This record gives sequence, structure tokens and C-alpha cells, in this order.
Amino acid sequence: MTSPAHTAPARAKKPERGSLLSRSGGLRTFVLLLPPMMWLGVAYLAALAALFITSLWGQNDFTGDIERIWTLDNYRQIWEIPVYRTIAFRTIGIAALVTVIDAVLAFPIALYMAKVASPRVRRLLVISVLMPLWASYLVKAYAWRGMFSDGGVIDWLGKPFGIQSPGYGLAATTITLAYLWLPYMILPVYAGLERVPDSLFEASGDLGAGALTTIRRVVLPMAFPAIVAGSIFTFSLSLGDFIAVTIVGGASQLIGTVVYTNVGVANNLPFAAAYATIPVVVMLVYLYAVRRTGALENL
Amino acid sequence: MTIDRRLKAVLRVFTGLVLVIVYTPLVLVFVNSFNVDRTFTWPPPGYTLDWWDLAIHSSGARDALVTSIEVALLATAIALVLGTLAGLALRRTRFFGRNVVSLLIILPIALPGIVTGIALNNAFRTMLGLELGFFTIVVAHATFCIVTVFNNVQARVQRLGPSLEQASADLGAGPFKTFRLVTFPMLRSALLAGALLAFGLSFDEIVVTTFTAGPDIQTLPIWIFQNLFRPNQAPVVNVVAAVLVLLSAVPIYLAQRLSGDVVNTSAAP
Repeated sequence: MTSPAHTAPARAKKPERGSLLSRSGGLRTFVLLLPPMMWLGVAYLAALAALFITSLWGQNDFTGDIERIWTLDNYRQIWEIPVYRTIAFRTIGIAALVTVIDAVLAFPIALYMAKVASPRVRRLLVISVLMPLWASYLVKAYAWRGMFSDGGVIDWLGKPFGIQSPGYGLAATTITLAYLWLPYMILPVYAGLERVPDSLFEASGDLGAGALTTIRRVVLPMAFPAIVAGSIFTFSLSLGDFIAVTIVGGASQLIGTVVYTNVGVANNLPFAAAYATIPVVVMLVYLYAVRRTGALENL
Repeated sequence: MTIDRRLKAVLRVFTGLVLVIVYTPLVLVFVNSFNVDRTFTWPPPGYTLDWWDLAIHSSGARDALVTSIEVALLATAIALVLGTLAGLALRRTRFFGRNVVSLLIILPIALPGIVTGIALNNAFRTMLGLELGFFTIVVAHATFCIVTVFNNVQARVQRLGPSLEQASADLGAGPFKTFRLVTFPMLRSALLAGALLAFGLSFDEIVVTTFTAGPDIQTLPIWIFQNLFRPNQAPVVNVVAAVLVLLSAVPIYLAQRLSGDVVNTSAAP
């Protein structure tokens, strides 16, 4: 933890007047930050650290008690037991696929909202996109159970075209996850596109580019940080999900379900902790990889 | 705008189509709450109000609803205090560790919920030896709700700058008087927006809650999840789901009333 108090001397030269505890900028910052940082430091960072430590502990096979002996066994199992490896890669694959689907769906909608729709329509669209966001996540996943069910809406709609519901499984999980996180992609991309000045479209058009060329060469590069910002949500949320896959995934297993069963039914907390570090590492690598795109400022 | 008409039409149709797909499942939940058939075959063979009647008298659902509201209120209150403090602290644009603080506040929501959930579960049970229950849910929810208040407060103080508070100080008001008479009124709508988001986030949360709720306490999402796969409870679950879909219009309406814009971005020039 860094100590904001270090900055006190520098601030003393140019005191900020008027606001709470303004006598010393550094001291004020420190005092204001103390409670939230205590909370997040104690309740959260320590919990994350403890999780990591637990993943290095073993478990007594007979009593199920955690044994505080250092071991890498949990991590070895993840790597050596093919099922766990497969599930990890499968989850990352689905999270990536969900992200791509959401980006492809969100970009045209965001473009329409930001650059085509009239202010009135835009307002309505923002509300229409936000509304489902407020509808309970669980309810939305549940709603897709009704869509995919045997004799449900998809079967009914698809019958004339010979299309059948894929049933509960990985395809249904992917569709449901893409559905759940779509607003998290639309909103940042919309905000990003709104910042693109109209004059750039005109300049590009004046230079002879068609609409599609303009989108590809001007709009997409400028919207890219926003898309990446959205992808952080869609990717992270998909990586950790175990609700949607339980509801529409049938017997399919993802990282989330493995962790869930190991905390609950199997009661092997150390292994669950080790397995849960996979999404953390993946997310940290992802955040590190995209830090230069400016996506983090777009969150 | 120089987007040609054909592309505009394509974008319009595409947007309309996706919105139809977005709303279809939600409408389906609502219609199915009147579906006579317990397994929700489509189209419904008939309609009934029985499930609504059952749901209204379901004590499990009602208790869970009360728990959810209590948890959300407490978590929001804690998040309001901590998020405001952090937002005010970070108003100075430069100081060492600023990014670390922002990251730490965002982390509980940026990391997959299952990680936050299991980390807190482990900390509560193994490290602190606590029983999981109401208190642990509130702590967990407050942790990931701080970010919504923080974001709103920070955006507001950065947009408004310190000049009003400086004027207040120049006119002789002490720091607390300035906070009460200048800073707080300035922040009020941002705080309401942040609180609304925090409440919604907490009310809806299930992943972290699953790991931090004890066996004998149920929030509404947990109640739904546990009854989802019980065939004789399915119609009641569906009614609760329908009610939640309808209720999701309330925060949108409130946000519209409170701040005039639903997201900060929609009012940006």
C-alpha cells in the first residue's frame, strides 16, 4: 500500500483552500482515504491474499479439514488432470467467443445510437439498452431457459425453417452469456463513438472514402479503446460465471462450476482457491495486454 | 452526417432486430407467468392467474425479498460513505498512488465474481472463523458497491472544480460548514445516482452472495436459484421473475427524474 502522506510537503507549497480538511492537502487525502482503503485493504486485498495462500495448502482426504502444509499439489492437479485443463481452456474460449459476439453486435448499435439516431430516438435507445441491465441477471438467464426449452419459443419459431433449439448445453450458454453482457459492451462503445467528432466523417468523405471505408479506417480505430473497455467486462464476467451455465448449460462444466462444487459439495476449498486463480491470472494478463490501448481510461 | 442512406437503413434495421431479441426473453417470462402449463410449452395452452396468487402467498419469496432489501440498503449506506470519501480524496489530479487506489476500488468488480466470492468466503470462514450470515453478505456487497458511488462522486468533483468551495472558505466558512452548505449539495445528485446503482447491484447480485450467505439466509436471487429446478415451484419462480422484470423500470425512471440523464455519457456534448 502506498502512503499518500508522502506527498504532503509538495502540497504544502500550494495549499488548496476551502474544502474539507484543507489545512494540508496530503493529510486531507490521507484522512479521507483511510476508511475506504482500510475496508478494501482489510476486507478485500487481504482476502485475495488469503485465497492465494489457501490454494497452497492441502486437505486431509479423510476428515476434509484444511491442512496448513505448503504444497503445490492443487496446481499440479489442475495441470495434470486433463478434465481440469479442458474446462479451463473451454471457459476461456467461451469468454472470448462471447466477447467477439458482443463486439460485433454492439458496434453497429452504438454507431446508430451515437451518429444516426435523432436526440429523441437516442434517448429512447439508451433507455432500451439500460432497461435489461437493471432486470435481474438471474431472471435473464432464467428467461433463456424458457427460450431453449424443449417445445419452447425457439423450437416454435424455428419449426417452419426446420431449426431446432440447441437444447441446454455450451451453445445455449454462449448465447445466454452474450445476451447477458451485451449492454456492458454497447454502453462504452456508444460513449466512445459519441466522442468522435462528426467533422472526421465529413473529412473522410471529402477525401473520397465511402461509408464503409470511413468506418473501417476512421471510426473503428477510434472506437477501439472503447471496445476493449467493453471487452474487459464481457470477458471477465463470462470467465467467472457459474449461474448461466448451471441454468442453460445442462451438464456442461466451466471454471465457475468447478469452483462452486469444490467450495460446496466437494468441500475442497484449497483446490477451489487454486482453480479460481486461473480467471484472475487470465484477467491480469488481459488487463496488462490492453493497458496501452487507453481502454482503462474508458471504463 | 455523411453516413449514406443505405448504411443508415441497415444500422436501423439491425438495431431494431437486436432490441427485439433483447426483449423477447423478458416478455416471455412475463407471458409465461400466466401460462397454465407448468413446463411452459409454447404457445401457452391456456392462461391463469393461479401462479400469481401462489406467489403472493409464498412466504419464502417474501422473506427473501425483505432480506434482499435490507442487505441492499445497508451495503448502499456503507458504499456511500466509503465511496464519497475516496472520491473526494482523489479529486486532486496528481498524487502518488492515485492509480493504485483507483485500481483497488475497481478490482472487486473487475475480477470475476466467483473470485471475489470465494476469497471472501475463505477469509470469513477459514481466516476469521466467522459464521456466514446476514453480516457477511452486507460486507461483501458493500465491497463491490463502493465503485459505483466513487465513480459518480469523482466525475462530479472533477467537473465542478474547487472554486465554489474556495469561495465559501474565503467568505469565512469552516471546512465542515463548507462541506454541509457547498460540497454536499453539489454532490447530491451524483450521490443519488451512485446509491441507485449500488442498490441495484446489490439487489441483483448472486455470485458473491452464494459464497457469503450462510445456509439459513436467502436473498431473493438465492431463493430464485434454489427453487429454479424444483418442478412444483417453477411457476412461482416465474412470477417472481416477471415482477423483477417489471420492477427494473423503476430505477430507470428514478434515474431519469433525478439527474435528467440515465448515464453520464448521454448528456456529454
